[in-house]
Amino acid sequence: MDFALSPDAVAYRNLVRTIIADTVTNEAIDEIHRTGTFDLPALNFALAKHGLLERAVPGMGKGDPIELWILFNELEKAGAPYDGIAVSLMIAGVVNAVGTEEQKQRIIPSIVTGEAGVCMGYSEPDYGSDVASIVTRAVRDGDSWIINGAKMWTTMAHVAKWLILLTRTDPDLPKHRGLTMFILPMDTPGITVKPVHTMASEHTNATWYDDVTVGDEAVLGEVNGGWRTMTVALAFERGVMGGTNQGVPLLTHFTKWAQHVGLAQDPAVKVEMAKAAIDMHVSTLLTQRAAWIAASGGLPGLEGSMAKLFATEAYQREARALQHVAAQPGLLGFHEDGAAAEGFIDYDARHSPVTTIYGGTSEIQRNNIAERHLGLPRNR
Amino acid sequence: MAFDLGFTADQTTIADLFNGFFTNESPAEVARAAEPLGFNANLWQKALGLGVAGMAVPEQHGGGGASLSDAVIVAEAVGASIAPIPVVEHIVAARAHPITDLVEGNVIGTVALTPAVDGTWSYVPAGAIADIVIGVDGNEVVAVRSSAPGVAPRNHACQPLAHRSSRHGDRTVLGNVSSFERIVAEWNTLTAAALVGIAQRSLDIVVQYVKERHQFGVPVGSFQAVQHGLADLPGLIDGSRILTHKAAWASQPEVAQVVEPEFNEYTDFKVVSSMAFLFAGETAVHATDRSLHFHGGYGFSEEYDIQMYYRRARGWRLIAGDPRNEYVALADKMFGDN
Repeated sequence: MDFALSPDAVAYRNLVRTIIADTVTNEAIDEIHRTGTFDLPALNFALAKHGLLERAVPGMGKGDPIELWILFNELEKAGAPYDGIAVSLMIAGVVNAVGTEEQKQRIIPSIVTGEAGVCMGYSEPDYGSDVASIVTRAVRDGDSWIINGAKMWTTMAHVAKWLILLTRTDPDLPKHRGLTMFILPMDTPGITVKPVHTMASEHTNATWYDDVTVGDEAVLGEVNGGWRTMTVALAFERGVMGGTNQGVPLLTHFTKWAQHVGLAQDPAVKVEMAKAAIDMHVSTLLTQRAAWIAASGGLPGLEGSMAKLFATEAYQREARALQHVAAQPGLLGFHEDGAAAEGFIDYDARHSPVTTIYGGTSEIQRNNIAERHLGLPRNR
Repeated sequence: MAFDLGFTADQTTIADLFNGFFTNESPAEVARAAEPLGFNANLWQKALGLGVAGMAVPEQHGGGGASLSDAVIVAEAVGASIAPIPVVEHIVAARAHPITDLVEGNVIGTVALTPAVDGTWSYVPAGAIADIVIGVDGNEVVAVRSSAPGVAPRNHACQPLAHRSSRHGDRTVLGNVSSFERIVAEWNTLTAAALVGIAQRSLDIVVQYVKERHQFGVPVGSFQAVQHGLADLPGLIDGSRILTHKAAWASQPEVAQVVEPEFNEYTDFKVVSSMAFLFAGETAVHATDRSLHFHGGYGFSEEYDIQMYYRRARGWRLIAGDPRNEYVALADKMFGDN
């Protein structure tokens, strides 16, 4: 095995680091945690200006999975907000893969210039992991489609320009086959957005759709082919586009603080620091493997599941362990006097629980691995 | 160089050769029959026939010129079959002290992992059977040739452990104490590989078992509680394997030795090999724990193979001492001692 990045990849990584250093200031991070909107237009525009957004769209531009991994890995190691562009680039990749020429021309440029974000309407109040059972309906009416229903966890819906929306178009077909994906502007009449505040500061949304009317230009992929469109998106996302190294900035913040207050000399604390560093390095290697398989022309679905499962469980363990050794100062939030790691211990302990839930829960990943990798009997 | 997580064609050949060899020559009965000492001289002779003794010694010293990465593949095959022969220790010793007798396998070599105290190396792996022991005595790394005791205290891992003298015997000074760090890093890397082999094979064994074993009228492997108890393991094992290969890759002189925790960048051989040893150790312990447990009562019985993997997963890593000390030393290498 050879772990050396190519000179081009190193140059690309250094450019990403420069852009991050220029735009992801302490003030910007502070503002993001205050508003709960984990998106930074200045960063997005700077990436776009260097052509990095277009270059990162899966299957488009350069579309190199190794670069895609580098981009999101650098962003998350720096604690930069990437939730917005991760979704946007992934959906740009889906439009590129299954969209019409008209859709590609109308939608993709707005995304790769950093001007337009995308939000995802998949989950519903009653359907989370069992997303194939969703009931938001799209009904044919002449040349139009009329959409009614509700979605949960439509993160970025309050700032996004586009919405990708999973609907049921044929309730008589088996559940995976009667679904259709739409992509439509968020300012389409009939859409209501209400905030859902979370314990991790992050602001997500619930959205409602009342007689939202669109034409065929909004159908993304085949009618009743929505499940396939969704699996295209998941194949891009899993393991490669962030979410597998969130413990790195936590460890950096912790180390700086622990060395400052003298805690880092305690052997028990060193053990936890070393364990966290190892876990984060293994996480990155598993993610690199998924990217390498994708770059070699394969589909790293299972390897992505392994990376996501290990990395998020490890991040939770780390957040818990470092909060324990930080003791009372680890309870204190941002801007509180004496807060451990400037409040990041508290923040990561609040944030880490969601990571084993979103993007496919740990249980869904384990089902995948047990059935498809270990070959154990299907149990549902 | 270019990023590539696959094996070379040569490495695929090495993997096929050694996996085939150990499957044929070292099934579980061989390891069982070699207990409690943990050594089978006949199997060792057969392995020497494949050139295992000097394979990873540079050609200018009469060796096979294989890389540490190649040796990692062999060590994983040793772990997978829990073969009762000191492949890991001997390869490390032969690379550190490439004299003809070690390169050709006329004698067995090993390394003492902790410095001698009052002229004695304690708990030397393969110490009961090795003719040459390499270790730290004072400020020097020395190789001492003396007669092997041939007996070991009964132990958890069925490892041929022994205390050995660093003074008595034919003694050669190999270098300054600082040169031992690389020897330990190589032992860490190859032991990590052996532990990966243990973890992988124990998972393979239990997956087969839970597909065949029926309770309540269905295979026990159809229960989600069992599936989820096993589904974490492939990621741990694959992660251990990639990390171990990264350590071997980092051992090459052309690789810049980087330690940058804030960027999660580690290409320093001593750091990555320590990570690999610790992580593969945790993985092997966890994998064998789950694998034994899902055998039910049979896993506990001597008749089944999984208990042999369980004991070796714990024993092979503890030869190096309390893992917490290794974590602390690693933290000091990564973050500095402040």
